[in-house]
Amino acid sequence: MPVYAKDEMIRVLVTSLALFPVWLVWSGMFDAFHLTLGVIACAVVAWLSRDLLITRTDFSRLPREMVRFFLYLPWLLYQVVLANVHVASLALHPRLPIDPQLVKFRSGLKTDLSKVVFANSITLTPGTITADIVDGEYTVHALSKKAADDLLTGDMEKRVARIFGED
Amino acid sequence: MSTVAIFLMIAGVFFFTTATIGLLRFPDCYTRMHAAGKGDTLGALLLLLGLALYNLNDGFSLAALLVSLKILSIAVFIFVANPTASHAIAKAAIDAGVRPWTRKGGKP
Repeated sequence: MPVYAKDEMIRVLVTSLALFPVWLVWSGMFDAFHLTLGVIACAVVAWLSRDLLITRTDFSRLPREMVRFFLYLPWLLYQVVLANVHVASLALHPRLPIDPQLVKFRSGLKTDLSKVVFANSITLTPGTITADIVDGEYTVHALSKKAADDLLTGDMEKRVARIFGED
Repeated sequence: MSTVAIFLMIAGVFFFTTATIGLLRFPDCYTRMHAAGKGDTLGALLLLLGLALYNLNDGFSLAALLVSLKILSIAVFIFVANPTASHAIAKAAIDAGVRPWTRKGGKP
């Protein structure tokens, strides 16, 4: 089998495996007929989206990344709660003590996935929204000076880099 | 368990309310994105978590568990989609040349 076709097969297989639990939850029927339908449906969807959904071919580091991502989630959720308390206190404050500013900084993250995870993490955390990423340069809108300073310490970027083994 | 669910839902409604107040009070589109993008994420997350728990309240069964899992997957979707949408709107505003409101610049 040519290398390209083999890569494609692996991608289709991994996509199907990822889709099947979703099918199980959505359908809620566990008899042979519906399970067979599920396998066929997952295979068709995985085949149609073979160069759309998953583009990598090396899955050897995937389990480690997933474990690290789930370890990262509690910290992210804590940051999300902080973000909301921060924004809520600003919104309810009689004088509206905001000092919005655009911050530009460069990030050393390499892959698209890590950049997206970092960008969405920035948006979810206290007083900052990622507005643009051009190559490694992030444009971030910060609601206050403190929010911008917190971001520029680079703590979150280090945590994201650690998930993807880029540190 | 329903006490926890009700507490989660009240917290969710609180964050939705502050997000709406922020949306009304903040001066420009970027600052409003902060209120809408964040308040909604946690608000919806807490509400849906509360609903998922409340759904399991009367009798634990496979059907109820599946419904709760579906509710949770909505929460996961919002958790991914909301920051992405906020980012898209903020980028659209920057590309359209909307200048961010600043303390020094005064009212927009």
